[in-house]
Order: sequence, then C-alpha cells, then structure tokens
Amino acid sequence: MPQAEAYEANRHTTRSLDGLTLLVGTKKGAFFLTASASRERFQLSGPAFLGHIVHHAVLDPRDRRTLLLAIRTGHLGPTVFRSTDFGKTWQEAAKPPAFSKPKDARRATVVEQVFWLTPGHADEAGVWYAGTSPEGLFRSEDGGNTWQPVAGWNDHPKWIAWTGDMTQRNPDGSPVHSILVDPRDPRHMYFATGSAGVFESIDQGADWNLLNTGMRSPAGPDPFPEYGYDPHCMTLHPRDPKTAWVFPMDGTDVWPRTCPAGRPAIYRTRDGGDSWTRLDRGFPERAWYTVLRQSMAVDDSATIGVYFGTTNGEIWGSIDAGDSWRCLASHLPHVYSLEVAQFAR
Amino acid sequence: MKVGIPSVLQSYTSGASVVEANGSSVAALLFDLDARYPGIRFRMVNEADALRPHVRVFVNRESIGDLERTLSPDDEVMILQALSGG
Repeated sequence: MPQAEAYEANRHTTRSLDGLTLLVGTKKGAFFLTASASRERFQLSGPAFLGHIVHHAVLDPRDRRTLLLAIRTGHLGPTVFRSTDFGKTWQEAAKPPAFSKPKDARRATVVEQVFWLTPGHADEAGVWYAGTSPEGLFRSEDGGNTWQPVAGWNDHPKWIAWTGDMTQRNPDGSPVHSILVDPRDPRHMYFATGSAGVFESIDQGADWNLLNTGMRSPAGPDPFPEYGYDPHCMTLHPRDPKTAWVFPMDGTDVWPRTCPAGRPAIYRTRDGGDSWTRLDRGFPERAWYTVLRQSMAVDDSATIGVYFGTTNGEIWGSIDAGDSWRCLASHLPHVYSLEVAQFAR
Repeated sequence: MKVGIPSVLQSYTSGASVVEANGSSVAALLFDLDARYPGIRFRMVNEADALRPHVRVFVNRESIGDLERTLSPDDEVMILQALSGG
C-alpha cells in the first residue's frame, strides 16, 4: 500500500457505523461496539486513530451521523476530529479549542487536553461544547469545525481562584467535565471541574455560579468550603431523576481506586440515593477494575442498558438495567471513555 | 527550503517525510507549512506561540529554541518529536 494510502487507512474505521453503538475512547485509539437489535450481540470494529489518545467520542443526537473525537497524540497539540458519514471518513477541526492570548504573555494558558464533548441543545443544530484541561470551556456553532473560548468562564474574574495554582495541578490536569445542557432551556447549563466543584449558568455561559451547597469536604479544616471539590462525574437520567448507577472504587488510605476488596459490583438506586442495591451477577468473583469518570453510560431503551469500560481494556454491559452483566469485549487498550450512540440507520 | 517532517505529523503531508516550505524565520516557516498542510502548526505550536514540549526544530543540524531564528533559502530544517510513555 502506498504510504499516503496507509495514512488515510489509519484514519478510517473498518465499517460504517449504524444502530446502537458503544463509542469507546482509549489510550490507543477509538473502538466501536455495535449492538444487534436485541442487544444480545455486540460487534467490535476499529481502531480508528490507532496510537492516538482518544479522550471522548460522542455522536450528535440531532443528526445521528456526526461523530466528534477529542484527541491528543503523544506530545502533539490537542485537537478534535469530525466525521459526518457514520465514521467512514474524518476531518480535523479547522480551529481546535485554544485559549485567547492574554495581554500578559507570562500568564498564557494553553489547552493540554480536549477532555469532554457535549452536543448543544436539540434546537441549536451544530452547537457543541468542549471542556479542556486546564479548565477551559469552548463552544462551536458549526458542528465542531471551529471553536471559540467561552469568555464568561475562561475570563471569569474568579477563574484563577476557582481553578487553583497552575503549578500544583495533578499530572493529567484538572478538566472541565460533565457539561450538561438543560433539555428545557439552552441557556441553562451545568459543568463540573476537578478543582472547584459544580457550576451553573442561566445565561448560556455568560456568567457562572458555584453550585456546591450541601457538599462536604472529607478532608481539610473547613468541612463545607465554598469551592475546592473534585466531583468526578455528573449526569442526567434520560427519564427518571431518582435512578442512578455507580461503580464504587476503593478510596481508602492511598486511594487504590479499584473495586473495593477486589469484588466488582455496580450499585443502583431508584429512590434518589436513599438506598442502594449491590448488583454483581455475571462479574468475576475477584477483579481489580478501575473505571474512569467518562467510562460508564446508559442507553435509552425501554429496559435501560448500562455499560462501562475498564482501564484493563474490558467492556461490560447489562441489558436489564444492571441486574446481570456480561463482558462484551476484552483485550482493548486502557479505556478512557464510553458513550452510547444511536446512529440514524 | 526542505523541511523534515516527523512520522507523527506525516498524516498532514500525505506521508511525505520531506516537504518544501518557505519563510524568513522559523516562525514564518511554520505558518507557511500550515498554509500548505492545514492544522499542522497547532500540533507543534500552542496558542501562546511557543513550541510544545518535546517538539524540536533543527536548522542545519542545530537545535534552535527561538522561533524568530532567521532562515536562508538554502537552510535545511528538520522537525523532530520525542516519543515517551507507554
């Protein structure tokens, strides 16, 4: 194969994506698990962008054919790739997310990772939001081709106080994540950061307010600081706000962040967190899984499917709302993210 | 002038390891490269106009740290990028 063709092939998935598909971002590329109509079988395809870090892969639910990938490659700059044909071909964003240049060059902030992608409101075709590390928020109005900083956050007078000392960041950076747009109102938004907590905007990002009341800090002199929390993920249930699933990980002493006691289980609440049910049917008796914040998702089937990916490259799924589990794929690279997509065909 | 392109950036040059580009300085050369191969500059240079960590530019086999380094038409430029991590 000529060299140029080889490079093009590396940018393609192996097949056109359709139907219910799990979009799996890994440390070494993107993979796709397409479900049969009954969700009994899942067919693996990919990798796309082999060797690139794929932080997030998200389908546009408005057209159900446009896919965005948040990518970083080795030490190269972070970027976004787009496909508008079900993953067959890809184009790089003409203007990836990048901070505005400050007047004082010594205080320049640069995007290290494009970490999170969120489609805009259903009535705003082509609008997307991206969260980055360091904590930046960006908006696209052309389907992810060009991105502009959201000045109401990136230039907020309290940004430095909220995001902390740039020299004290954790090795992978502290991201803006869990960007949520209220399905009832495109001006109402939320996101969370790894250094401050949860924020809310009621004016489409022109200004942001902390939403941490009631959260408790387990360490530190003040149990209820105004900010300084590290929520790892925040999501909306498609129909029932009192139902949620979590994958607990060990947070004792040095924070191993593996299944507590090596006994994997999902916990489900149906009463807004008042009570939780342990669900472990189908999991190995012993396993030391780690599931990252972007690696668990649900579908919107009548009986909701729940899926997660692990850092040792396994994808697990339940098509009975978590009651039983089976391994859908294994031997993949380190899983960074998992999203459920419903392609238009 | 001839510019050596590292393998990680050859997706922008259709696989070419050496391409032609022009500029009176390294900074100008990188803008010219981006005009010919859209998107390639931002992978090497961040929004503060600094070379990203572990990206090196050599002019006539000498590593340069200043993007304002002037260039002559017969200079040879090579871009290298370190690989690290598992």
